[in-house]
Amino acid sequence: MSLFNIFNVAGSAMTAQSQRLNVVASNLANADSTTSANGQPYHAKQVVFSATQVGAGDAQGVKVLAVVEDNAPMKMVYDPKHPMANEQGYVAMPNVNVVDEMVNMISASRAYQNNVEVLNTSKTLLIKTLTIGQ
Amino acid sequence: MVNKLDDALRFQQTALTLRAGRQELLAANIANADTPNFKARDIDFAGALQNALAGTSGKLPAAQTSPAHLEAGTGSSVMGAPVLYRRPIQPTADGNTVDMDVERAEFADNALRYEASVKFISEDIKQIMQAIQG
Repeated sequence: MSLFNIFNVAGSAMTAQSQRLNVVASNLANADSTTSANGQPYHAKQVVFSATQVGAGDAQGVKVLAVVEDNAPMKMVYDPKHPMANEQGYVAMPNVNVVDEMVNMISASRAYQNNVEVLNTSKTLLIKTLTIGQ
Repeated sequence: MVNKLDDALRFQQTALTLRAGRQELLAANIANADTPNFKARDIDFAGALQNALAGTSGKLPAAQTSPAHLEAGTGSSVMGAPVLYRRPIQPTADGNTVDMDVERAEFADNALRYEASVKFISEDIKQIMQAIQG
């Protein structure tokens, strides 16, 4: 029954988008974290989406293939008084691009809403299907 | 007698099954709006319905004159109708061909037509009941 599979497809997309939102939250929260457990400044993280088979139908859902670290260079800020400053007085700040992250956040939020709509429509159609012959 | 009842409902039943299959494909397109290299897919509904009612397949046969030839028409299908790729209006740099406006419009359109078919099949059943009960 293909209408039931829509729940799996839209559900997988919602899971993936919420994971993306989670990564955005982590990046924004750590935009100023100059050190972490391994002593390095925080590296921005990005999710990689991949189409994947869900259920028996042809339709493909989404899964998060990997969470990769952004290898953009760290932002070097001149602040000699900072405890993490190097000999030249520069502090390595995380490579989080706040503007990019805000765009990512809006995109993830809209995509999530889209899938909620898809789920609701499918639910309505299934309920209508149950009324056949009444 | 049962055959005639079957015939009376066959058209709407076929249409409903195809609509449900198409709904699933459109849901998958919306779900994969942010997946790199995902190609939006759809079926040719009018052709698919005609073929399904006539009991023919919309696939083009290909003769295999050598065992090394690849088999044609092994791609995915909805009730025998081949799943086609959408021609992108605004292709993106990441190879994704999902146009959210197109997909949302088609999704809403397909949902409405599904509901219409549900209504029609219910009315067909009511008519048959009326004929039986007098």
